Amino acid sequence: MRELAALFLSFAKIGAMTFGGGYAMLPMFQRELVDNRGWATEEELTDYYALSQCTPGPIAVNTATFVGQKRCGIPGGIAATMGVVFPSVVCITVIAALLSNFAEIPAVKNAFAGVRVCVSVLIINAIVKLWKKAVVDKVSFAVFFAVMLLSVFVDVSPVFFVIGAAVVGVAVKNLEVKR
Amino acid sequence: MILLRLYFEFFKTGLFAFGGAIATIPFLSDMAERTGWFTQALLADMLAVSESTPGPIGVNTATYVGYTVAGIPGGIVATLGLVTPSLIIIMIVAAFLKAFRSNKYVNQVFYGIRPASVGLIASAGITVLRLCLLDSAAYAASGRLLDLISIKGLVLFALIWLLTNRVKLTKKLHPIAFVLFSAAVGIVFKFAGA
Repeated sequence: MRELAALFLSFAKIGAMTFGGGYAMLPMFQRELVDNRGWATEEELTDYYALSQCTPGPIAVNTATFVGQKRCGIPGGIAATMGVVFPSVVCITVIAALLSNFAEIPAVKNAFAGVRVCVSVLIINAIVKLWKKAVVDKVSFAVFFAVMLLSVFVDVSPVFFVIGAAVVGVAVKNLEVKR
Repeated sequence: MILLRLYFEFFKTGLFAFGGAIATIPFLSDMAERTGWFTQALLADMLAVSESTPGPIGVNTATYVGYTVAGIPGGIVATLGLVTPSLIIIMIVAAFLKAFRSNKYVNQVFYGIRPASVGLIASAGITVLRLCLLDSAAYAASGRLLDLISIKGLVLFALIWLLTNRVKLTKKLHPIAFVLFSAAVGIVFKFAGA
């Protein structure tokens, strides 16, 4: 029970502090789950993000379920997911009830434009950390680079990139063995 | 009864929307057409609010739509509907992973998808970066290349980068400290020009 409460609270904290969706949540996940709690490694987070993109649903929710499930099975997955959505439910309900023109308030617009700059730096820092674990040789560098460019310029679902990369991974590793 | 329908509609969205909040927009737009619960214009407003409040954008939108349709219970039910498919599917995938973690082929798959995952995150980073450092509206108005780059954005970007990577005193601070600082800077220096 204590474990479940800790999962709920940690994920509620992450949910409350993230502006800008699932990708912006990555630096918060690294800080809380990898550095503070030791509930996941950088490699595991990268794997969860990859899998979350080829399964339906919000990336943040999928990652929360993964980590919670790993800690405490099915109740853990549920506790983590409820935690990550809890601040959203409270916050949006209050805003919807009181301030229907919230997004039009000049201070909100300006604050969010500032936050966006910060989020892009935080994402870059998060990528640098993950990079060391994921890009380990020429092939993985090529996969990283190709996926990054293609997903900026081509409007294709991330599912296909992840599946394609999986095929490349298996093919390359098996060719290496044969040689 | 409306709560059951709400749950089912968002369950469907959660089941079929792959790849984050942007993927839910077509489903929500279709929901507006079919049910008449909200208009397309209201949906655009709800998305704008969802982007500028904490939490996953898809979850925020679900709560907002649910609240609009059926009050507080509606917000809760819509959110639960959205996350139920994720919960079930990820539980299955996680159990599978646990069983096959040491399998040779599973490891080969991860060797390939790890850099792809980082590549996808990088492309999301590039998109945000483009949004906050390039001022295409000002460039279109004046035609001067210098106006294309948002100087204020660039200065804040460099400052946050230094504070999070180089300055010993601030490097270890929690990321939320930088988020709040940037929000304050955004307000003081009118980053959105509003």
